[in-house]
Amino acid sequence: MSVDLINLANVTISGVLTGLVYGLMALGLSVIFGVARVINFAHGEMMIISMYVASLLFEWFGINPFFAMVPVAVLFFYLGYFLQSKVIQPFITRPDHTQFMLLLAIAMIMTHSTLIVFGPDARTVSLDFLLESIELGPLLIDRGKLYAALVSFSAAVALFSFFRFTFTGTAIRACADNWLGAKITGLNIRKLYAIAFGLGSGCVAVAGCMLILLVDFTPALGPPYTLLAFIIVIVGGLGSMTGALLGGMLIGVTEALAGLWITPSAKSMFSFALMIAVLLVRPRGLLGNKL
Amino acid sequence: MRRRQFNRLLLATAASGVASFNIARAQSSKLRVGVLLPKSGLQGLIGQSCQKGADLAPAVIKDLFGIDIELMNADTETQVDTARTRAERLIQEGAHCLVGPFDSGAAAAIAQVAEQRGVPFVINIAAAPQITEQGYKFVFRNFPIASELIRNGLTLIADLFKATGAMPRTAVFMHVNDTFGQANAKAIGAIMPQLNLPFSLVETISYDPAAKDLSVEVAKAKSTKADFLLLVSRLNDAILLRREIIKQRWNVMGMISPGSPGMYEKQFYQTLGKLSDGCVSNVPWFDPQAAVTKSVDAAFRKHNPQDQLRFHALNVGYTFEAILIAADAYKRAKSTDAQALTEAIRATEIKNRMMIGAPIKFNAKRQVEGNLSACIQNQGQKPVVVLPAPSAEAQAKFPWTEYKRA
Repeated sequence: MSVDLINLANVTISGVLTGLVYGLMALGLSVIFGVARVINFAHGEMMIISMYVASLLFEWFGINPFFAMVPVAVLFFYLGYFLQSKVIQPFITRPDHTQFMLLLAIAMIMTHSTLIVFGPDARTVSLDFLLESIELGPLLIDRGKLYAALVSFSAAVALFSFFRFTFTGTAIRACADNWLGAKITGLNIRKLYAIAFGLGSGCVAVAGCMLILLVDFTPALGPPYTLLAFIIVIVGGLGSMTGALLGGMLIGVTEALAGLWITPSAKSMFSFALMIAVLLVRPRGLLGNKL
Repeated sequence: MRRRQFNRLLLATAASGVASFNIARAQSSKLRVGVLLPKSGLQGLIGQSCQKGADLAPAVIKDLFGIDIELMNADTETQVDTARTRAERLIQEGAHCLVGPFDSGAAAAIAQVAEQRGVPFVINIAAAPQITEQGYKFVFRNFPIASELIRNGLTLIADLFKATGAMPRTAVFMHVNDTFGQANAKAIGAIMPQLNLPFSLVETISYDPAAKDLSVEVAKAKSTKADFLLLVSRLNDAILLRREIIKQRWNVMGMISPGSPGMYEKQFYQTLGKLSDGCVSNVPWFDPQAAVTKSVDAAFRKHNPQDQLRFHALNVGYTFEAILIAADAYKRAKSTDAQALTEAIRATEIKNRMMIGAPIKFNAKRQVEGNLSACIQNQGQKPVVVLPAPSAEAQAKFPWTEYKRA
């Protein structure tokens, strides 16, 4: 294999692996919107808080993020459940702009609280294997990225299975498909909305626990991650779970290839270009329902 | 109370308020120095490092020169717009002089404010040449411009290769894509051909200063098969790059910065531990033998018992000197009047200084010439002077230990 091809393969694999973690993050946003029709503008900020919680568990108790993700996900499930049932629910029937302002306010409170508590310094989690790579012939696969991607993919499969094979999951899907029909059959819509928000929050918490293996983080990173999650769900299709994963991988690979072939300093520009192209050709996103 | 009486009372109150404010300004016996630094955001750690130099300045300057100064601190949040508004606010709140801001973009914005408001501004660290090319009257800089910084840095690279007997033939140049990085890239392009260096650049790769992942950039650099990495970085990206070099098993002789921050910062050592060793930065540095340095070092240890000055050498040194320039001018001007202070700064001549270089003296462009660099190598997880030979604390080691010869 020529050096160029090896490089291309390495960069593509790296893009896919990072994209899977991004995909799980965006999956949370997609679940929340798909069911409750609430656009969570505090999504990236929630993920940053989950990263801080996981890093504290690592610093204080030495709990590896792979294990920490379970209690962090449970904690965030309840946090999301509470947020939806007590704070967001009253805004469900109000005009969209009030929901927008509410979630933006929540996002700002989260960012500034994190800044007050933890300060502006970048944090990281140091594990020995994070500096290692797996050699597959001429290919080098970043061990940290590989593990993070595998966990993210497994979490996504678990979530799909929950929606597919459990009664609560089916009820949530029914609620998303036909709100009035679900109400007539006696489903507790409020509770299902709160569960969906909790699941979305849990998803973003797992993504946060995996992302601390890949990046250094600060409170200021919340808004860029919210924006990234939006780009991914718009590309994949708002409300589509598989679309979110596909969108994540596409964005990861697009940025990686743009960095390799064009210029690294403009690679995030290509995410936006991809989003515009998808919106022009297929306004509902790659796997989204008809508008 | 009738309306006319009320209006008179209101007017009198307002007038007395204004009068007392003016009296307070005129009677001020201290020079109020507005210190603008990026204490949060991307450059937060470097800004906090610079702040250590500002914090110890009033006491050291009072002890050494008997001058009273008062600091008014502001955080630019690593944002140009915030730097501009904070500068305006400091002036409104009574700052007689501005100092800062460790960033060329922010320095350019503050310079405009200082010029419009007629308040002297002493730049501590910022290398983009255009800031002192505008004909500004109130803007002064005691830091080498990009071309000077790069010329010093590249010359020291040649000296390093001579001293270690290393024979690298090619380099890949990676630089952060901000005002500072672009100014450095431009200077390297212009100066390299003049210096007849023993290596050539095979590729130039710029990257986003806010990048969270530099794996693609390093893959691209690795594919060039260059002998070493010539780097103009900030702190976080320098850490990311070092990690990626290890992950991608890039067999490169070393990382050398011709004059940028990142690899000699405390956080670099804390985050990378032993992996920080071997990296080289050719940067302006303090003179350990200077009397001022000894006073600053003592004050630094008092303020930061768990820390060492060498981890903040450039940041503390130049921030301290910028405040010293303002204080020295105030002593000679005997006034906080902006025009008098500006004239006094213009006539500055400080021979006993902390940083290595010629005396602090501003040229017609209000720029200090003759600030020199030292070759700093990370050894034993701390920055050590390895060149020039008279100031060397240890021998230079190049290539770094992990390099495997073909």
